[in-house]
Amino acid sequence: MEKLNGLRCRECGRRYPATPVHVCEFCFGPLEVDYRYDALKRVVTRESITAGPPSMWRYKDLLPIEGDVAVGHHVGFTPLIRARNLADELGCREVWIKNDSVCHPSWSFKDRVVSVAVTKAKEFGFDTVACASTGNLANSVAAHAAEGRLRSYIFIPADLEQGKVLATLVYNPTLVAVHGTYDEVNRLCSEIADKYRWAFVNVNFRPYYSEGSKSYGFEIVEQLGWRTPGHIIVPCAGGSLIAKIWKAIKEFEQLGLIDGPVTTKMHAAQALGCGPIVTMVKNDTDVLVPVRPNTIAKSLAIGNPADGYYAYRTTKESGGFGEHATDEEIVEGMLLLARTEGIFTETAGGVTVAAAKKLIESGVIPRDESIVICVTGNGLKTPDALYDRLEAHVKIKPSLSAFDKALAELKAQTA
Amino acid sequence: MTRMRLRLTFPPHLIQEPIVYRLVKDFDIVINIRRADVKADYGWMALELDGEEAQLERGVKWLKEKGVQVDPIERDVISP
Ligand SMILES: Cc1ncc(COP(=O)(O)O)c(C=O)c1O
Ligand SMILES: [Zn+2]
Repeated sequence: MEKLNGLRCRECGRRYPATPVHVCEFCFGPLEVDYRYDALKRVVTRESITAGPPSMWRYKDLLPIEGDVAVGHHVGFTPLIRARNLADELGCREVWIKNDSVCHPSWSFKDRVVSVAVTKAKEFGFDTVACASTGNLANSVAAHAAEGRLRSYIFIPADLEQGKVLATLVYNPTLVAVHGTYDEVNRLCSEIADKYRWAFVNVNFRPYYSEGSKSYGFEIVEQLGWRTPGHIIVPCAGGSLIAKIWKAIKEFEQLGLIDGPVTTKMHAAQALGCGPIVTMVKNDTDVLVPVRPNTIAKSLAIGNPADGYYAYRTTKESGGFGEHATDEEIVEGMLLLARTEGIFTETAGGVTVAAAKKLIESGVIPRDESIVICVTGNGLKTPDALYDRLEAHVKIKPSLSAFDKALAELKAQTA
Repeated sequence: MTRMRLRLTFPPHLIQEPIVYRLVKDFDIVINIRRADVKADYGWMALELDGEEAQLERGVKWLKEKGVQVDPIERDVISP
């Protein structure tokens, strides 16, 4: 089955063949993969999907891969958890956590986008993949490149702490530390992506890469029993994930795979210290004002998000809203999720939980409607966010009597 | 000759100024505006610039000093 029409400019509609290009030559608008839905409709059914593997590749027909999956065979199909304890705490009837803190292999939803990009890179005959990243993306690109036996170049700002790069270095990429301001490093990486014939996953491969995020949305719908929730709260950085979850829902709807009408409202969650998308939503304007990030939520720290406009459009079109979380609220959100559901998420998950709580408390999300909270990364990657917040409650000498005494004191305290 | 593709974001106080005109005149850069959205108090422009590399770099430096935000057209290439 020929499933791709090629690429299409999201601004002017011009068409391009499916090659490694990412901007429209005429208007510099972003390109997007264009599928033949009429052909897909004949082959994609609930049965065809459920017969697939327990990974994101069960949706391969709706991803821009034409050959075999090359890397990341076990990415996705992460748990969708009915969070009863958290629901009780929030005073809500039905809360779900879509838990990509356990996404294989690098513990964030980035594995979804990177496995598509790296597979596509192999399909196009590239031998080198690259990215510029300070965290989750770097981990995932290095891991998938190793698996695919591709060379990888990872660019980082030179002042990034050593601890942050360990989870990337371990996969043996070529790590290039660039001295300079953020702006200088950023522009250099764009020029490198332009000059070398490498698969720069989030630059020249962005149209393919970003499609991987749809699998997160497909999974939510399938795992809810082919229905859509009332609300989905999504952490936003570049703004791609929220738009692609919405696109996933729309595609399933178009293919007739969803029971009942789609009434899902998509809500954007960002840190107050870097929340240009939520600011657009709150001010109800399509003008994105870039910001200088200043937040502990480093994985969401994108000051001038490429898909900011589309993220804003997603909230508008679906009737959703958005909320900012302060650093304090982010930490509280992480602790709340851990304490109620036993899930340790990174700061991005703290942002989503905190934003969800505020949207519920302010009445934007009614307490009797179903809510999915997106948890997209693992807390063990960013323990520094909690260092000065947590310490052991009881410290004792190695004797039973010392323990008996401490326990009695603890009980007296909590009584 | 070098070619650059940039996205300029203008803060409110620069909207009225002939920034692009100065870029062309003072730095001898050929400019081609591909897409733009300029409102009363805010605006951005996606452009292609052709010129000597040193002149382009000087032009970018001047833009930044004026308070214009200069990004590659992809905007944040460094992803967290
Ligand atoms: C853990 C985590 N969650 C959410 C996001 C946001 O995704 P997007 O950039 O598509 O908005 C990112 C990365 O950018 C991330 O690392
Ligand atoms: Zn176009």
